[in-house]
Amino acid sequence: MHNKLLVGTRKGLLIMSRNGGDWQVESAHFEAIPVVYAFRDPRTDIIWVSLDHGHWGGKLHRSRDLGATWEEVEAPKYPEGYTVPPDFSVPAKTNYIWLIEPDGADEPNRLYVGTDPGGLFLSDDGGDTFQLVDTLWRHPSNTNWFGAGRDHPGTVAIQVDPRDSRCVTIGISVGGVYVSRDGGETWEARNRGLYADYLPDPHHEHGHDPHIILASPSNPDVLWQQNHCGIFRSENSGRQWRDISDKNGGPAGFGFALAVDDEDERVAWVAPAVSAEYRVPVDRALVISRTEDGGESWQDLRAGLPQQHCYDLVFRHALDKTSDTLAFGTTAGNFYVSDDRGDNWRCLTNNLAVVYSVRFM
Amino acid sequence: MAQVKFTPNLKRFFPDLCECAIDAATVADIVAAVDQRWRGLGDYIIDEQGALRKHVNIFVGDELLRDKRALSDRVTADSKIFIVQALSGG
Repeated sequence: MHNKLLVGTRKGLLIMSRNGGDWQVESAHFEAIPVVYAFRDPRTDIIWVSLDHGHWGGKLHRSRDLGATWEEVEAPKYPEGYTVPPDFSVPAKTNYIWLIEPDGADEPNRLYVGTDPGGLFLSDDGGDTFQLVDTLWRHPSNTNWFGAGRDHPGTVAIQVDPRDSRCVTIGISVGGVYVSRDGGETWEARNRGLYADYLPDPHHEHGHDPHIILASPSNPDVLWQQNHCGIFRSENSGRQWRDISDKNGGPAGFGFALAVDDEDERVAWVAPAVSAEYRVPVDRALVISRTEDGGESWQDLRAGLPQQHCYDLVFRHALDKTSDTLAFGTTAGNFYVSDDRGDNWRCLTNNLAVVYSVRFM
Repeated sequence: MAQVKFTPNLKRFFPDLCECAIDAATVADIVAAVDQRWRGLGDYIIDEQGALRKHVNIFVGDELLRDKRALSDRVTADSKIFIVQALSGG
């Protein structure tokens, strides 16, 4: 269903559909409730939605009929008595459900959920119940985790290797990259080559800030990372990272969002901003940057995007790609689509609420 | 038995929610009892460690709940309990 989009906004979920060359809002759900993340599980056709009620806590909902009806599922819960890294003085509770990620096709009932304050949860019954992955939560390096932007660390990236679903890559912001090769029994930190300019030792083994991590589908050993301190790429499943931020004065560096090409492991897109301290587009001009050579060089794609007085940011899950089509939504409620790999963009609407997530169905 | 009222905003998620009478010793007991009747309602009021959610208020009579961590405030047969969201949003 590459002709449909799930758009999570601060004021609800939109399902958009393509009619010829035009995209239109087909239906709206969870009106006035912040929708953090929404995606369709390709294994089951279930749409999963994470809500962030201002008053009533984070909730999970699912639809087995592509949005016609919804069912609330008990949200992940931290075990009684658990406290939050790094100082373990605050009771651990699910403050925010960052994302939901399916396991491999060989495990159709297994789902992962990433949360604030940093816990990864796992369901083995199709999402009816979730358990904290204690092996990661209790990793000895968790004294290096901390909050950034939010009060507590967050599990913001989950990538399951399509060749072997026991191999899972996790991004904790702030904490770093963790990889399990045994289905979550053990975890290894993989941050070599990253740097963290906010730490006394920027090359510390832990305490890095991946905003998002994606694997190239055509070669899942290739990992891409939009980090707080730049853009990084690894060709060996994160054992060694290389800084591929634009060294030629272009904007690709700081940002949140990332998309990778299905076919070509050298191709990816990012949505740059100035820096952590100046969270605005570079020169207040909206741009998507694309590399076609594994980060050796970047092209700045601006055609159809506003180039003055623009304050839009693209959040980490608000850019997606399918075939040659890319779509993203912004913090200012604008929504853009390109059908030629980002060369040309068109605005679908300027009137959404803050866009948190964009996923092709 | 204590009389328990809810903000009407919770009816969006629990359409048959209504005022009820509950025999309980503490506010924590009240939340447990209403969660039994409306399965999952407790998760809208307290977190998994048993603490009141940050943007939820509970009044016991005219007084705001004192023990937001464990909801141990005493309840009598004459108590009137009002569960309401805090005045926040945007």
